[in-house]
Amino acid sequence: MATDPLSRTFAALADPTRRAILGRLLDGAATVKELSAPFAMSGPAISKHLRVLERAGLIRRGREAQWRPCELDATPLQGVAVWAARYQHFWDESYRRLDTYLDEMKEQGHER
Amino acid sequence: MSASTTTLTMVSDEEIAISRAFDAPRHLVFAAHTMPEHVTQWLLGPEGWTMPICEIDLRPGGSWRFAWEHADGRKLEMTGVYHEIVTPERIVNTERWGPDWPETVNTMLFTEEDGRTTVTQIVRYPSKDGRDAALATGMMGGVERSYELLDVLLAKLR
Repeated sequence: MATDPLSRTFAALADPTRRAILGRLLDGAATVKELSAPFAMSGPAISKHLRVLERAGLIRRGREAQWRPCELDATPLQGVAVWAARYQHFWDESYRRLDTYLDEMKEQGHER
Repeated sequence: MSASTTTLTMVSDEEIAISRAFDAPRHLVFAAHTMPEHVTQWLLGPEGWTMPICEIDLRPGGSWRFAWEHADGRKLEMTGVYHEIVTPERIVNTERWGPDWPETVNTMLFTEEDGRTTVTQIVRYPSKDGRDAALATGMMGGVERSYELLDVLLAKLR
């Protein structure tokens, strides 16, 4: 299993069933039974997906033994979005500088 | 020159592409990306950063190391190994931003048209071993999906 938080989030989001579960949880907390209803999947199979989501910190589960509702926790998703935005920002700012620097290179005779 | 924008697109489930056009011939843009005396002048990200370390051993198997420092004391380091060099067209290398980030395989393509050069970086996640690769399949789909989820979430919070 991937160890760093970002890889865990990516790995958890890589599966369409898990993304569908997260989508369902946007409408509010739900039990395992409610979550498994739209899928042709057994309770244990859904529980396995829920454990992956829980380890990635994407869902929280209630303490009650019988009624263990799952809730969405969007904090790690913000991490992913922030990462993509940061990556683009880094290159955008650098490339703005490169425009000017290329002009200097041309003036200094690097041009053939 | 007219202002160019840096675009970030989701190419496939495992790849993103960052693309940008420059008003300069290809050999110049390639040199600016591969020679430390040039790279340290512009590859600095947002305002306030300097690049005290820029090591480039530009040959297959050669390693590279970039390190930045911010005026406020923050530090950032990137390392990797070159896999393929085709001057002045193409560079393939690994990239790692530190222990908290997945290692990527990056392909940088330089194409020239009418004296303008477009640089396209294709970043592929990740490649540590088969298991990680399998886990990561659909990862960028995950990013896209996470944006969708955030949109819905933000709409709900409004």
